[in-house]
Amino acid sequence: MRLLLIACFALFLNACAGPQLRGTGDLGLIIERASGHVTLVNTTARQPYARIGGLGDLSHASAVYSRDGRYAFIFGRDGGLTKIDLLEAKIVKRIIQSGNAIGGSISQDGRIVVAQNYKPGGIKAFDSETLELLAEVPAEFAPGQFSKVVGLADTAGNKFAYALFDGGEIRVTDFSNPRQPTTQKFPAGQQPYDGLVTPDGRYFLAGLFGEDGVAMLDLWQPEKGARKILENYGRGQEKLPVFKMPHLRGWSVAQGKAYLPAIGRHEVLVVDVATWKEVGRIPVRGQPVFVMARPDGRQIWVNFAFPDNGKVDVIDTLAGKVTHRMEPGKAILHMEFAPRGEHVWLSARDDNKVLIYNTENFAKLGEIPAESPSGIFFTSRAVRTGF
Amino acid sequence: MSTSNFIFGLFFLSTVAIAGEPDVARQKELVHLVRQDCGSCHGMTLKGGLGPALLPENLRDKPAEGLAATIYYGRPGTPMPPWKAFLSEAEAAWIVDKLMTEFPE
Repeated sequence: MRLLLIACFALFLNACAGPQLRGTGDLGLIIERASGHVTLVNTTARQPYARIGGLGDLSHASAVYSRDGRYAFIFGRDGGLTKIDLLEAKIVKRIIQSGNAIGGSISQDGRIVVAQNYKPGGIKAFDSETLELLAEVPAEFAPGQFSKVVGLADTAGNKFAYALFDGGEIRVTDFSNPRQPTTQKFPAGQQPYDGLVTPDGRYFLAGLFGEDGVAMLDLWQPEKGARKILENYGRGQEKLPVFKMPHLRGWSVAQGKAYLPAIGRHEVLVVDVATWKEVGRIPVRGQPVFVMARPDGRQIWVNFAFPDNGKVDVIDTLAGKVTHRMEPGKAILHMEFAPRGEHVWLSARDDNKVLIYNTENFAKLGEIPAESPSGIFFTSRAVRTGF
Repeated sequence: MSTSNFIFGLFFLSTVAIAGEPDVARQKELVHLVRQDCGSCHGMTLKGGLGPALLPENLRDKPAEGLAATIYYGRPGTPMPPWKAFLSEAEAAWIVDKLMTEFPE
């Protein structure tokens, strides 16, 4: 009887020590680029709850999420691919998949994680459960010549669209048979520097660095090929120097328009997504890097390349112009909105903190210490195409 | 003047004396600029990214003057912009010298 009591007591203790149940919809992570750490955060409490190290070179690192929002896949510059469990706050698996990488993406069904690589140039697909290599697609654009890959984005049907910086192409690789992918190639223009897929998954855009314009491919009608939009927006004017490449993602689309960074001009270009014609240009205070719509599309937040990287401009999409200007900190590298956009988190690299602002009245709500913070990624990305 | 300040002063004078090197505070700024801002294309560890790697073994066969000119004037036809608004030619030469030997953390 006494033994039985002890056994019951042990069971009771076990039950108490078990993990507390919780969802992941209000979690996220901050990349600490210089020290190979990520800080895990709660966007409801607006506080960090764990910190994980040992992720290698995280300069220019980015993250995507599993469908359930529990696991983050972090792509490091050094080719590291790390799977993190946000609930248990630990590394589940880590591999070095290439020599030099620039981000990645996750398939529509959540089963395939694809990394895009500079060296060796190409993409690699991994099983999201085990990180086992499924297939490798080299970005060979001429015999023996391999391109750096940019702009990788997930699209419908486990297809991934991306662009070749050195090869001047858009490619679409179909992983519906994950170990035997097939690839379509489309001439795009000179030096695509990044790409995006529109939130509906229909259009892939590749921003061009080597010429004024953006290459656009209709993924519903790829047989029509890529065409140029925003051609010659500089009209032969001398470009201003670009001290950091802009970043494109599906966040650029709001209210039926795409808001895109001009290259070598201190402007945001506005394109009507129905006609793909330029409908406006909005002057801003530097070379735009991230041009990000608040999830409801009412505001567009813009940060800038060096030496204007302490500034942030906010465009009101109804007014069609910048209505709020701020200097929130030193070296604002990235911005991330709360899932429904009431707050925005800004990483201030050279202040070693992340700043949180109310997007309605621009009041500062708090800050979180982080060592050289760069990317901020919330689990709400898990359910969005092209994130 | 405290002893440590005096020693620092001597050190400061000696670094300026060597071929017009930038002073210690400026060196720190330049190292930060290279690692963080040049690093957005060349990688924070200088192993390359959209731009080429800048480690000693990558630069060994290249003339230092040409590399300094690339920093100062940029390289047309590539994404490498001119940095002349933010540093002097002597500072560009100092950066190249450090890149070719061992770049400070």
